[in-house]
Amino acid sequence: QGALSSCLRKPRRDPPSFFPAVSQASLVRLHHRFRALDSNKKGYLCRMDLQQIGALAVNPLGDRIIDSFFPDGSHSVDFRGFARVLAHFRPVEDEGTGTWDPEEPEPLNSRMNKLRFAFQLYDLDRDGKISRHEMLQVLRLMVGVQVTEEQLESIADRTVQEADEDGDGAVSFLEFAKTLEKMNIEQKMSIRILK
Amino acid sequence: MLRAALPLLGLPLAGAAAEGEPTQEPGAPGEPPPSLALFRWQWHEVEAPYLVALWILVASLAKIVFHLSRKVTSLVPESCLLILLGLVLGGIVLAVAKKAEYQLEPGTFFLFLLPPIVLDSGYFMPSRLFFDNLGAILTYAVVGTLWNAFTTGAALWGLQQAGLVAPRVQAGLLDFLLFGSLISAVDPVAVLAVFEEVHVNETLFIIVFGESLLNDAVTVVLYKVCNSFVEMGSANVQATDYLKGIASLFVVSLGGAAVGLVFAFLLALTTRFTKRVRIIEPLLVFLLAYAAYLTAEMASLSAILAVTMCGLGCKKYVEANISHKSRTAVKYTMKTLASCAETVIFMLLGISAVDSSKWAWDSGLVLGTLVFILFFRALGVVLQTWVLNQFRLVPLDKIDQVVMSYGGLRGAVAFALVILLDRTKVPAKDYFVATTIVVVFFTVIVQGLTIKPLVKWLKVKRSEHHKPTLNQELHEHTFDHILAAVEDVVGHHGYHYWRDRWEQFDKKYLSQLLMRRSAYRIRDQIWDVYYRLNIRDAISFVDQGGHVLSSTGLTLPSMPSRNSVAETSVTNLLRESGSGACLDLQVIDTVRSGRDREDAVMHHLLCGGLYKPRRRYKASCSRHFISEDARERQDKEVFQQNMKRRLESFKSTKHNICFTKSKPRLRKAGRKKKDGVANTGTTNGKPPRDVGFQDTAAVILTVESEEEEEEESDSSETEKEDDEGIIFVARATSEVLQEGKVSGSLEVCPSPRIIPPSPTCAEKELPWKSGQGDLAVYVSSETTKIVPVDMQTGWNQSISSLESLASPPCTQAPTMTHLPPHSLATEEPQAPLALPSDPLLSFAFPPSLAKAGRSRSESSADIPQQQELQPLMGQEDHTHLSPGAANPRWCIQFNKGGRL
Repeated sequence: QGALSSCLRKPRRDPPSFFPAVSQASLVRLHHRFRALDSNKKGYLCRMDLQQIGALAVNPLGDRIIDSFFPDGSHSVDFRGFARVLAHFRPVEDEGTGTWDPEEPEPLNSRMNKLRFAFQLYDLDRDGKISRHEMLQVLRLMVGVQVTEEQLESIADRTVQEADEDGDGAVSFLEFAKTLEKMNIEQKMSIRILK
Repeated sequence: MLRAALPLLGLPLAGAAAEGEPTQEPGAPGEPPPSLALFRWQWHEVEAPYLVALWILVASLAKIVFHLSRKVTSLVPESCLLILLGLVLGGIVLAVAKKAEYQLEPGTFFLFLLPPIVLDSGYFMPSRLFFDNLGAILTYAVVGTLWNAFTTGAALWGLQQAGLVAPRVQAGLLDFLLFGSLISAVDPVAVLAVFEEVHVNETLFIIVFGESLLNDAVTVVLYKVCNSFVEMGSANVQATDYLKGIASLFVVSLGGAAVGLVFAFLLALTTRFTKRVRIIEPLLVFLLAYAAYLTAEMASLSAILAVTMCGLGCKKYVEANISHKSRTAVKYTMKTLASCAETVIFMLLGISAVDSSKWAWDSGLVLGTLVFILFFRALGVVLQTWVLNQFRLVPLDKIDQVVMSYGGLRGAVAFALVILLDRTKVPAKDYFVATTIVVVFFTVIVQGLTIKPLVKWLKVKRSEHHKPTLNQELHEHTFDHILAAVEDVVGHHGYHYWRDRWEQFDKKYLSQLLMRRSAYRIRDQIWDVYYRLNIRDAISFVDQGGHVLSSTGLTLPSMPSRNSVAETSVTNLLRESGSGACLDLQVIDTVRSGRDREDAVMHHLLCGGLYKPRRRYKASCSRHFISEDARERQDKEVFQQNMKRRLESFKSTKHNICFTKSKPRLRKAGRKKKDGVANTGTTNGKPPRDVGFQDTAAVILTVESEEEEEEESDSSETEKEDDEGIIFVARATSEVLQEGKVSGSLEVCPSPRIIPPSPTCAEKELPWKSGQGDLAVYVSSETTKIVPVDMQTGWNQSISSLESLASPPCTQAPTMTHLPPHSLATEEPQAPLALPSDPLLSFAFPPSLAKAGRSRSESSADIPQQQELQPLMGQEDHTHLSPGAANPRWCIQFNKGGRL
């Protein structure tokens, strides 16, 4: 309980970038969930805690999403980091889409940040590019066993070619964003309860 | 014939007046008993079906006429025009026959006209969109319809109490509620007809349209309950009856949906086993869907709901199971039937309105109803949307609400229901009929006419259609998985969670059970998009006439256009990697002589452009299999030619990415061999696996369909599909002969070495100019296994025609399959690669083809032609070649991916 109240109090003192992105009610809800996941009350989550969520195990991208909670090879995530990741999925308010105070950092639930979150699921080696190999790996996870390896490769080729504009054989973040420019990302990458 | 038809046309219009004419009736009194009549007139025997056919014909012709003018149809919805036409026709009938003859019979409407429309909309419902908005749809359908029915009924009753409705309308509260229940339901036919032309955004469309489909259950229940209450008399209705009414709402809706799902299951399961009888696949779809409708109707459940659920539920599995052609057949038949039914419905609505004997006009009632349905619809929408928006991720804004209120069109369902009323029990029936007709006409014509300008004026977000791309498809799946995972992490079991669950379940059990194994294996959405994109590209290649050998040859139509940087870098890459697979003309800018250049151009021209239509008459009269007509086959050949040419230029720019692809193919080819279909031109000293596959600059353009996979999956079957895919493999082989290596079809693909990077050597590009005896462009005998059987002979013929044009006639065209391989090899030493050395193997038709029941009368005639797999470009041109050049060998193989 102390952790929660400190988390709740903190934004008033020094507004960290992520707390404005999550409403008070969701924060309480998230904190409940955080404590429920924290199996032996250690105050932080480790990989095991997330891996024990049953449905995540069958999610083809489950491992990668768990990894995104642990940036830079760390082994634990506190509530702040936990909420920060989930803040990406907060729905975008009607007003002010794309127009935030230039003084403040871009909100985590902006279109670009949502896209960036998805992008880093592909970009395993964090070099800012989805290579053909990385694309192939994702495809292998998503497409399932019924498509042969060879077909997968041709799909990967085609996917990279389709997005690749500068001809370097890889998809950069800008190219990635461009392929999705027609899609309503704000809507597709949001979860209502995180409002 | 004409003479017979003319009076016939008059007959239906003249009705009973004409039928008594004794002139041509053989059985008329006074006529001498039976003698052999030369001409017999039997109108009565064909009357009913003839009339039906005539009406449909009239409706279709009218549709054609309407669409002659683009201006008219862009302004006026077709449904309005049809209603007006119906009015005119009805007037003519009335004038001629002195009584209204034809009208919309409720029985016909519910049993024959409505099901195709509902099936069409259910089957082609965008299911993802539908389920994404299911909450809103259900709310509007159930709560909205109930609200409309009760408020309209009550308000009309109030109007009557206030004395604004003439006292001759004898109706109590229950009668008005009954009327309210039938007039309140938004009609799927009308909504579909109008909204299809308006193109609002998908969310808005699916909400209005989904509501109109799902509210049927509520309408049916309300109508039946009110009707039975009216028949019982309000005094006898007890509290339990109300409870029963509420209970029946659940029974009717859930029961209807359950019936639909059961039939969807049956349908999917049945199509799983139709592999040998493809021809009845489309029929099954219609039969079982109709059976679902009738069953639900029989059990007085919601038939519309049943057939909607059936279509919605079965589509995924059925589409996976049936063949490509059946899919097209289902699609077109369904659309035709639905459009036909819709046309007839609107026309008959117009005609029915003319029948004034059923009318009884009361201005107060009519105006009151019109005002009330508009007002309460709007009020209901606003109230419900307010509640819904508390739960929606994307709230529906005011403009959406306006369109939704205004789009609440009433239609034929209401009319059919009001006709069904019993006049003895509902004394005000005539007034209700008149009011319903006015309401339907008003909503369809006035609202239908104005909704388009309204949508434009309000700047409602239109639907934006953009081509699917692989990236979008892939990323959309990623987003789904991400959201499902995030919901897991947050611990909230929301929509994404359940959808993910359902997909897991579907993948694990349902799909396994309902899809044939081969279809299940290949069924994947990402793959599907990839496949479709490839097909589209291939088709547009052909559409371009294949004249795209430009520097932008790489640009696929489905890809965003690529800048010149990419182009040059690709070309550079190509040069650096230096495999000699440079077929593109643009690289021939360094040829040494004008003569060479000319040759090159000529060669490509001949290679790519030559197509000699061949004559081939096939007597096919099978009822069970559709044989392609000659035209279609020719198209296929032209397609192949074009593909070949395209691939050459494609390859030259692309090969650096694709070279590993041929590997799995080889394995399959190995399997082919085991089946005794492949030929073994194997004098290969090396172990087959020794070959450097990575050096084959091969491009495989995979144009395969799932059926092909299917064939691979069960090797005992060699049932040939009409629509199987083709895989084109084009590769350059060099120095094969020097290595003493023969492009063993043991390994179907030859194993070429890397051609040393010498991109400017014309001799490499012009294969027929290489060393003595090694100049031939080969088309390997694999061709025969690759091309679908239908095309094989054609292919061979085109090859031989190419040969005959480009080279002196071959000296040694073997004509018998059982010609010993060795003698062949000696006869034609410079072309050992392509020679079918084994009679068995060169014969590409699997014996079970005949078993498959196809009338392949020509297959035996094909056998000799298989042997014509010879050097494409004979021994000509030897003189031109520079002796020191490397000896590249072109081996263009067209591999069919599947086993034949």
